Amino acid sequence: MTKLSNPARRKFLKSGAAVGGSLVIGVSLPGFNGAQAAASTSAMNAWVRIGADNTVTILCARSEMGQGVVMALPTLVAEELEVDLNRIKVDFAPPGEVYINAMLGGQITGGSTSVRDGWEKLRIAGAQARVMLTEAAAQKWGVDASQCSARNGAVTGPGGKKATYGQLAEAASKLTPPKEVKLKDPSQFRYVGKPLKRLDTAGKITGKTEFGIDVKLPKMLYASLAQCPVIGGKVASFDDSKAKKMPGVKHIVGITDGVAVVADSWWQAKQARDALTITWDEGPNKNLSSEGVFKGLAEAMSKPAASIRQQGDVAGAIQSAAKPVRATYQMPFLSHSPLEPMNFTADVRKDSALLIGSIQFQQMALGMAAAITGLKPEQITIRTTFLGGGFGRRIDLDYMAQAVEISKAIGVPVKLVWTREDDMTHDFYRPASLTEMSGGLDANGRPVALSLKMTSPSVTARLFPPLVKDGVDPLMTEAILVPYDIPNQSVGTVIHDTGLRVGYLRSVSHALNVFANESFIDEMAAAAGKDPYQFRLSLLEKQPRFANVLKLAAEKAGWGKPLPKGRARGIALMEGYETYMAQVAEVSVENRQIKVHRVVVAVDLGRMVNPNIVEQQLESNIVFGLTALLYGDITLKDGRVQQSNFHNYQLLRMPETPKIELHIVKSTEKPGGIGEPGMALLPPAVANAVYALNGQRLRTMPFRLA
Amino acid sequence: MASIEINGKTRNVNVDPSTPLLWVIRDTLGMTGTKFGCGAQLCGACTVHLDGNPVRSCGTPLSAAIGKKITTIEGIGASDAGKKVQAAWAALDVPQCGYCQSGQIMSAAALLAANPKPSDADIDGAMAGNICRCGTYPRIRAAIHKAATGA
Repeated sequence: MTKLSNPARRKFLKSGAAVGGSLVIGVSLPGFNGAQAAASTSAMNAWVRIGADNTVTILCARSEMGQGVVMALPTLVAEELEVDLNRIKVDFAPPGEVYINAMLGGQITGGSTSVRDGWEKLRIAGAQARVMLTEAAAQKWGVDASQCSARNGAVTGPGGKKATYGQLAEAASKLTPPKEVKLKDPSQFRYVGKPLKRLDTAGKITGKTEFGIDVKLPKMLYASLAQCPVIGGKVASFDDSKAKKMPGVKHIVGITDGVAVVADSWWQAKQARDALTITWDEGPNKNLSSEGVFKGLAEAMSKPAASIRQQGDVAGAIQSAAKPVRATYQMPFLSHSPLEPMNFTADVRKDSALLIGSIQFQQMALGMAAAITGLKPEQITIRTTFLGGGFGRRIDLDYMAQAVEISKAIGVPVKLVWTREDDMTHDFYRPASLTEMSGGLDANGRPVALSLKMTSPSVTARLFPPLVKDGVDPLMTEAILVPYDIPNQSVGTVIHDTGLRVGYLRSVSHALNVFANESFIDEMAAAAGKDPYQFRLSLLEKQPRFANVLKLAAEKAGWGKPLPKGRARGIALMEGYETYMAQVAEVSVENRQIKVHRVVVAVDLGRMVNPNIVEQQLESNIVFGLTALLYGDITLKDGRVQQSNFHNYQLLRMPETPKIELHIVKSTEKPGGIGEPGMALLPPAVANAVYALNGQRLRTMPFRLA
Repeated sequence: MASIEINGKTRNVNVDPSTPLLWVIRDTLGMTGTKFGCGAQLCGACTVHLDGNPVRSCGTPLSAAIGKKITTIEGIGASDAGKKVQAAWAALDVPQCGYCQSGQIMSAAALLAANPKPSDADIDGAMAGNICRCGTYPRIRAAIHKAATGA
């Protein structure tokens, strides 16, 4: 576990408490405060503001980091509000209890929950506002509301009466919101389920979109922070005699995490920072190494596991099996590496604070800021910008705390910007893991037993300790249970802290567990001498949604049909975030390099808000997963992360991108999440394809061929 | 005091001439469309044009830009290639988080200005220096073809 040396930050994090299975942060929050609506604007509820000029503003209470919430969530509101989606304005919501993500218990963007959490809530918000506007019109005209109807931002009534939402907004906002509203039947949807273009594209192709790093406040200075090369280390002493004479330098301050140089421009701050001489107390992690980490994980394997599933007699079934199968899988630490490096802008004053930036956890931001500044939450304004990627990195707000500390110390608005090197060496890394699997086949080649034991550090134990119960971190055990009909099963996990701080990264533990499970089922199929697709299918009789996407992927990929010489296919299957997915990867190997030519994805995610965004996310996940399996590897030596920039931590580039074919099942099931699952599934699909091609079984990521 | 020409306008900046052009554009001139991604010419987020050629502004000192025409994402729409690229990007909804897209568009516009009908291999060559962590590559490729053919 990472120790936060600032007592206020520590105190805040400790105050996290689990209630009824969801997370509640023990800091009082202001209720919705109307988000400082302009005088001529009326708030219908926490999500809808309507101006006298007919401007409809919908608040988006989740962070936009590429996944499309800034489009999808307002679509749900607009659908029921009956406004023209192309004419709405979207603002990001402030922290507020009303905006808490019911699936996560905090105002967090993560876990592919945004649409699932908002699916009913946001439509109700839209419908509620529509009913109030309609009632306001009815009262104005002295008729019954049932004689009026709302459409395209206006209410019409008997005798050709018509009033715009702008004309009705003020009166409507004073009405009591209806307790119950009737939502549209999905057959009546105008926007939901349609492949609409995103509303945020225009700003992003002209350079106008404001990301955290683009924020500018009057009289703002720029900061660069020297942090200990060993995460968790502290400043022992520093000499700033050279740095403070450098051009533009205004302040040099020691804070919890290091020494900050504040200057007129960021480049000046960064150069002066590089001129500091700092002696570090490197702390308890100064000897961490990758070898030590994996040795520790291997040792943790001998500890008793917290049980996730116990069914039948696994040991007996393996012992009496016609053919036993065993394998161990290994995953490395990964860096999030969003393209916008960590940065934050803070203006901390005696009686107020303005905090602006790219964050995924508004509630935590408010709590941490209150703890650091000593201000009351209602004295703190937090504004979320667009995020230049998040992938889970911006749930952890160390960079925000640093900017707040710096601004508090110097009493000036300041923008802290990390370098890429800062970002890569001070991430909260995806946990490394080991998974031991064993199983057995009967004389007919049917699996009779499956045993899985997985060990990794626990992110939840660091961030939300009360959620770890009986040794089980629920965010370590995602997709750990196979859908396959295997009579004897034993599944368990061991939490092992390796010392390096860990964080939630896109698809979280799905990636760890799906790689092991979907590689192992392939190994069992090979041991049984059976086709890996048919083998899986034969074990899915009770799992129609799994079987359906598996069949669809196989069919669309041409499973079983001949391929050009030197190519092979691999298949894999998962459920994550209530989304069912199968992938078939087509690969070749040249000079010990894997080339992925084509990926066929079949997915059943229930109802969709916007198929265009769903497709974007599926494409995104294939690229993200391919980066992980080809390159992703954070290693440690002498306590230091050895990767520093994109030359030694490579991200996938255009020429390596495969052909991606998407097949989405028409479904009326409730919506599943789509921002994350796909990246977890590509690695086993590719590993299985390489095995089919040359018989090499890849059990360690990233994949390196013999 | 140095005088530079950016998006057709002359601007005077009082900055050390060794300062990377990126920070002059972003912090001194306040034009934040050009992004900081790596500071080491590895990701392409900071791509701008000097006399029409794509360069990484994070590794280009201000002194190297003096006397040349600088074009950024804020000005690229004034060129024929830039306008077509932006239109194709919008038509195919290329951006996700959007952070790298200024650089992607600058590289694509330079490609199309030099090579109006690029092949897939040409696109690979011109765009390999621009990282997109969100993985918009399939749509970038399609959008470049669309911009080239007008289809």
